[in-house]
Amino acid sequence: METILVSLGGGLAEAVQPLNLTMIIIGCVIGLLVGAMPGLGSVNGVAILLPITFLVPPNAAIIFLAAIYYGAMYGGAISSITLGIPGASTAVATVFDGRPLAQQGHADKALTAAATASFIGGTISVVLFTLFAPPLAEFALRFGPPEEFALMVLAFATFIGLGGDDIPKTIFSILIGLVLATIGLDIISGKPRLIFFDVSGFLHGINFLVLAIGIYGIGEMLWTLEQTKGQVIVHKVQTSFRAMFRNIRDVKHYAGTTTLGSILGYFVGTLPAAGATPASLMSYGLAKTFSKNPDSFGKGNVAGVAAPEAANNAASTGSMLPMITLGIPGSPTTAILLGGMIIWGLRPGPLLFSEHPDFVWGLIGSLYIANLFTLLINLAFIPVFVRVLTMPFTILAPIIFTLCIVGGYAPTQTMHDVWLMFVFGLAGYLLRKLNYPVAPAVLAIVLGPLAELSLRQSLLASQGDAMIFLERPISATCIALAVALMLYPSVRRLLERRKRAAATE
Amino acid sequence: MKALRRLFLIPALVITASVAVLMSATASAAWQPKKPIEFIIMAGTGGGADQIARLLQGLIEKKSLSPRPFIPINKPGGSGAEALRYLKDKAGDDHVVLVTLNSFYTTPIIQKNLGVDISQFTPIGRMALDTFLLWVNTDQKDITNLDNYVMKVKKAGKNWKVGGTGTGQEDSILTAMMESEFGYKVTYIPFPGGGTVAKNLIGKHIDSTVNNPAEQNEFYRAGKSKPIVQFTEERMQAFPDVPTARELGHDIVYYMQRSINGPPGMSKEAQDWYINLFKTLFNSEEWQKFCVEDGLTCDQWVAGNDLAAFHKEQAARHKALIEKVGAAAITGQ
Repeated sequence: METILVSLGGGLAEAVQPLNLTMIIIGCVIGLLVGAMPGLGSVNGVAILLPITFLVPPNAAIIFLAAIYYGAMYGGAISSITLGIPGASTAVATVFDGRPLAQQGHADKALTAAATASFIGGTISVVLFTLFAPPLAEFALRFGPPEEFALMVLAFATFIGLGGDDIPKTIFSILIGLVLATIGLDIISGKPRLIFFDVSGFLHGINFLVLAIGIYGIGEMLWTLEQTKGQVIVHKVQTSFRAMFRNIRDVKHYAGTTTLGSILGYFVGTLPAAGATPASLMSYGLAKTFSKNPDSFGKGNVAGVAAPEAANNAASTGSMLPMITLGIPGSPTTAILLGGMIIWGLRPGPLLFSEHPDFVWGLIGSLYIANLFTLLINLAFIPVFVRVLTMPFTILAPIIFTLCIVGGYAPTQTMHDVWLMFVFGLAGYLLRKLNYPVAPAVLAIVLGPLAELSLRQSLLASQGDAMIFLERPISATCIALAVALMLYPSVRRLLERRKRAAATE
Repeated sequence: MKALRRLFLIPALVITASVAVLMSATASAAWQPKKPIEFIIMAGTGGGADQIARLLQGLIEKKSLSPRPFIPINKPGGSGAEALRYLKDKAGDDHVVLVTLNSFYTTPIIQKNLGVDISQFTPIGRMALDTFLLWVNTDQKDITNLDNYVMKVKKAGKNWKVGGTGTGQEDSILTAMMESEFGYKVTYIPFPGGGTVAKNLIGKHIDSTVNNPAEQNEFYRAGKSKPIVQFTEERMQAFPDVPTARELGHDIVYYMQRSINGPPGMSKEAQDWYINLFKTLFNSEEWQKFCVEDGLTCDQWVAGNDLAAFHKEQAARHKALIEKVGAAAITGQ
């Protein structure tokens, strides 16, 4: 413990050196902008800026890149809330409640909640990182295919078990997502599946961001056009320091959700297979399931913004753990960071902690500082971001439309995905008109491939015996939790009914 | 008359000068990338190919060898089928290159309906030959040499789990070669990328693997995994105490090429630019140092048509290998 504190002290001292501190601040601002821009995302941001890092020493370089990564996690929420387009895949869950809040004129509330929850998520996870990095790395190793599959089942359970929603429609939506997730080349045999009309674009599978941008960007715009019938609406926004402090103080109302989301996000992030996107979706699902008022989710509940934002920031810190201790990146962005480390002559692996303590602790120290600065920068910019919403819809709509196209094109750089995005936009609009929840479909397309791969790997290992999921302690626990989660809403409803019956008697 | 001649001379000089300037301009304006270059990796993150691509990308930036950045993109689906098909569909594009594994040869042989003919691709340069070793977790104390490894696998039969990066990838071929040499059958489990395979070996979710040195080195140094045998012609500098299969009387020698290739129909100018770029990288101190540390063989630069000839020979060799062990042994069907 003492050695950890001493090392951390050294790391913090390293991080506040003028050069490193400058790198942190520049990195945070760049990350914020990169994250807010749909389709750009932290992966591209880090990849494009990697060369700059050769001009400074390795420590400053990794601190700079980590700050971008960090800032982008905050930034993703900005376009999710103000424009309704997820800025990055990790911010998709933020749209669910962030967008309705903005439409009700509470964008400042949502943005403040996102920033504060991100800060809490980041801080909790970096503390966990500081205290328990080696044992957690050991724990991550115990996650084999059966455990990964059980975790995916748990993630699905958080969405099926939602009280209030129409359960058959939820299941239908999940199934649509799963079918879309199977498009492309089979993970194990490499055979093509569901290649419609022999269009080669389908071989690459459906990029999940394309689906999310289509449904939330284009679909939402069509919906708004129909609702307003072309009338020009301007959202009222008020921004004052007093309102902002009130919003920050409101954190206490969803402190539990945020803490749960942070811890969950960190653990999911440390597993090399998962990463921040599943973490944020799971956190949202859990927040809704355990909320006193689950029906308000998806209609503008601040906790629905805080939960995924806390989780995605926590997961981004978490995914640095397998990168540093195992040399396996937990996310596409950490894969690029890993490349950077190799170039600087640092080999990530089990020995990095003992052989290059200055580097590792400098990085950890910088995470503390980066977290604080990103929060401050973000809060300072909120009044600017909210201004976006004061634009009349006639101006905003074309901007959203353009950003959707850019966001759909950027990940794979093919027009195929842009057309797909339009199709999904139309489908999303129709599903919404018919009152189908679309969030479960989004979840299914993210988790489907991961679940399929781990299921098939497990069954190969066990010679087709499904008991493998129940024989191993970690996976059995996850499956039990999943079953409990699925039953929870009906049990709760039953109890409430009984209570009501008892009250009327 | 003299004045008249001078009058002619001036425009003549001007013309020659401007022609010279123009020519030097076109010479220096030989092909250059105009937008970021997609650097396609036909395997997952953390594996050998991935590490190499990211190192090369970094070196390109560090040495400012390209006016536009290289963006590594992983396309691991279907043992590289996704990447090969992607490259084929990018025919004529000068801004995409692929870093290969041997699945470059095997995947088109096994998946006939993929419609990819690798001889159509534009050969750029071979960066290295990678090597393979058989690895087990250090906790398997009873396995100390190839003999007791084979004995233990035979006893376990199908319950022995060998991890790899996908059916048709080189590790699955090597696994099939071992099966036919030693007369046992194991269960082969594919993972996305050599890094994940290594993690699963350390976490004991699989029993053994044939990883590249780069994928196991850090765990080996930390004492978490140990090599049993190497599949090279001679013992590598990095592993002087590990016997080769050939020394032990089993003729299993297998290498993997790491080469850079462009899509079909890449322009000659672009091909030359890439050959030049990767040759500079190949000869760089950093690359040669990486080769020694990671047990890669990097003593010969093979580019352009020579690489095409090498590909042709290797493709034929893999076809023969697959016929010998049977495609079914590799695909597990």
